[in-house]
Amino acid sequence: MDAIILQVLNGLEKGGAYALIALGLTLIFGTLGVVNFAHGALFMLGAFCAVIMRSLLTYEVATGEVEATAWGTEVAVTTPYVTNLFGDFGNTLIDWAVPVSILLTIPVMLIVGLVMERGLIRHFYKRPHAEQILVTFGLAIVLAELIKAQFGANPIPVPEPAALGGMADFSGIFGSEPGTITYPMWRFVYFLFSAFIILVVFCFLKFTTFGMVVRAGMEDRETVGLLGINIGKRFTFMFAVSAMIAGLAGAMYTPIISPDYNIGMEFLVLSFVVVVVGGMGSLGGAVSAGFLLGLLQSFSAMNEVKAIIPGIDQIIIYLVAIIVLLVRPRGLMGRKGVMET
Amino acid sequence: MKILTHPTSSVDSTMMFIFVAAVLTMPIWLTPIGAAYPDLMQRFVIFGLFATGFNILFGLTGYLSFGHAAFLGIGSYTAVWSFKLLGMNPIPAAIFAVVVSGVFALIIGYVSLRRSGIYFSILTLAFAQMCYAIAYSDLIGKFLGINLTNGETGLRVLADDPRIMDGVLTSGIDTSALTVNLFGLDLTHTWVWNGFQFNAGFYFCAFVLIIASYIAMRIFRSPFGLMLKAVKTNQNRLNYTGVNTKPYTLAAFVISGMYAGLAGALLCITDPLAGAERMQWTASGEVVLMVILGGMGTLMGPMLGAGIIKFSEQKFSTWGKPELHEFLAFIPDGIRDTVVSVASLFVGSGWHLTLGLVFMLIVIFLPGGIVEGGRRILMIVTGSNRRNRQIQAAAQAAE
Repeated sequence: MDAIILQVLNGLEKGGAYALIALGLTLIFGTLGVVNFAHGALFMLGAFCAVIMRSLLTYEVATGEVEATAWGTEVAVTTPYVTNLFGDFGNTLIDWAVPVSILLTIPVMLIVGLVMERGLIRHFYKRPHAEQILVTFGLAIVLAELIKAQFGANPIPVPEPAALGGMADFSGIFGSEPGTITYPMWRFVYFLFSAFIILVVFCFLKFTTFGMVVRAGMEDRETVGLLGINIGKRFTFMFAVSAMIAGLAGAMYTPIISPDYNIGMEFLVLSFVVVVVGGMGSLGGAVSAGFLLGLLQSFSAMNEVKAIIPGIDQIIIYLVAIIVLLVRPRGLMGRKGVMET
Repeated sequence: MKILTHPTSSVDSTMMFIFVAAVLTMPIWLTPIGAAYPDLMQRFVIFGLFATGFNILFGLTGYLSFGHAAFLGIGSYTAVWSFKLLGMNPIPAAIFAVVVSGVFALIIGYVSLRRSGIYFSILTLAFAQMCYAIAYSDLIGKFLGINLTNGETGLRVLADDPRIMDGVLTSGIDTSALTVNLFGLDLTHTWVWNGFQFNAGFYFCAFVLIIASYIAMRIFRSPFGLMLKAVKTNQNRLNYTGVNTKPYTLAAFVISGMYAGLAGALLCITDPLAGAERMQWTASGEVVLMVILGGMGTLMGPMLGAGIIKFSEQKFSTWGKPELHEFLAFIPDGIRDTVVSVASLFVGSGWHLTLGLVFMLIVIFLPGGIVEGGRRILMIVTGSNRRNRQIQAAAQAAE
């Protein structure tokens, strides 16, 4: 029982990341009808926003004092400038670099999304899906290589805040012995964060006028346009929002996996599978499939399961995707006529 | 309306003749641009073959597969197993690779082709990733209790493998070197004449490529090929007229899978080692790049694209700042440093950036690839574009 609860917890965090990326992908499909292979690259850009934020905060300046090292040479003492400016609050700021980086990620990713949509995606509405895939695939390569040129090819570790690090003991909640169900605190935070973002997006679409117009536009773009609403502008904004969601998912994921330039590609393939399993065009499907596949992946990584079928954890997602597509070709919650030509 | 032009058989024969001559004389005309060493030329030919096969599926039917690297890998593993069990002869290796990858393509294609469009791309991608995971961790081998793909180290021929045919076919020849030989002719052998290098392995691959491209040309010109083009143009209309398109697309998928398997086998003929990284989805992406760059749906485009990508990979990825300084020597000293530091982003380890940019530009501005570009330039030069438009205008006026 404990092992099962532990695997559920494990799956939630991974599922959260899949769900966030898949949500953005589905929003882009649904609104603009574009297949965005560069979405993984947006996740990666978000992760590097956190890296940039941390290096900005930890930028060190010389204090003017000199210190002798163990070898007798003298070096200038440097301290992070935020510490000089804000004292203890500066140190806390450095510690909380990852959550603080959200402040940087949101504007950066919104701008990146806007520029990408206006500059490139706009010209591909009417082109075949194959060409949309290809051009965004090319863009993904370019973005990854630019990041590689700037930050190098090695993963850059970004620590979580000390207060949210370490293990959390969930044994009490489930009535087990203390110390049996422990789980990295940050992963739980990540799950809560992703659930929060998903909730906000759904509320935004459901309860605001803007969201209502967007949903109407997803149903029938032409009619909404005929009613005198500039639906193109709103769809562009939704593209930027999707980019922002992917970016936030990436920024908060940095303490779990140290980001390198290739991280987006790894997530992209999986989140496409998630979108297809959930049903293309269905936001609820994308989110639930994200969590479902995350859970399946963590369960198949259990030693008991692996003893029966070795290596199942590496292929389970693809296997499930193939079976789902064959049994329910539209995915779990897919609607008729979405992307079927 | 587009004016239909049908290439006559004499045009095709001329093209084929030029192509054969160009492939066979590669070691000579590639020497001035510094690409005439056997290893690189073999890669030109092998990836040309891979891209040609991919084009039969993607170029003709429009189905974008993101999983063809799986067949490349399957072909490689089959070839190495053929070396291990039967002996170091490339012919059975190539035949087995084609058959086995064809069987896999039949299974994967049968399942994937139930969907079209983006779903098809994702399904093939899922299958390829699955094959990659299976090969990388040797899951089937673990299940059966044998060393099927040898995991991340890669599969290679060992001295104590049975190789039952080696003793029969090449009696009296020393085969302990574990290099591939065609009835005794060592395929790593290189004849040198006037400084040109003629490599046996290259000519074997070139021979296979010539046969394969002849077959590809026949497919393009056959009623079957026309049917595939019809699938690309409008599959719905075909279905409404009562044509079942599935057998045609499946056949195209299997044929292109076989080409990929053959290319995989040839990779092992030049170096008898099969690794799982060949099956990764980036490798599938690369062949898409080749076909798009050269021109999808054209006969020579994929070959051209493969050649250009492999050539620039070889050239640009080894360049650094010193080479750039030499290359850009004509720029005045003052600004040369700036130019070099900007340009150095695009070479060396950053050459993928160049590839990505070029690829995007091609997709945006020239979806027909280099072949289309060449055709446009030719039209401007000969003015046939204007003439076509005049004919069209006349036809419209007549209506």
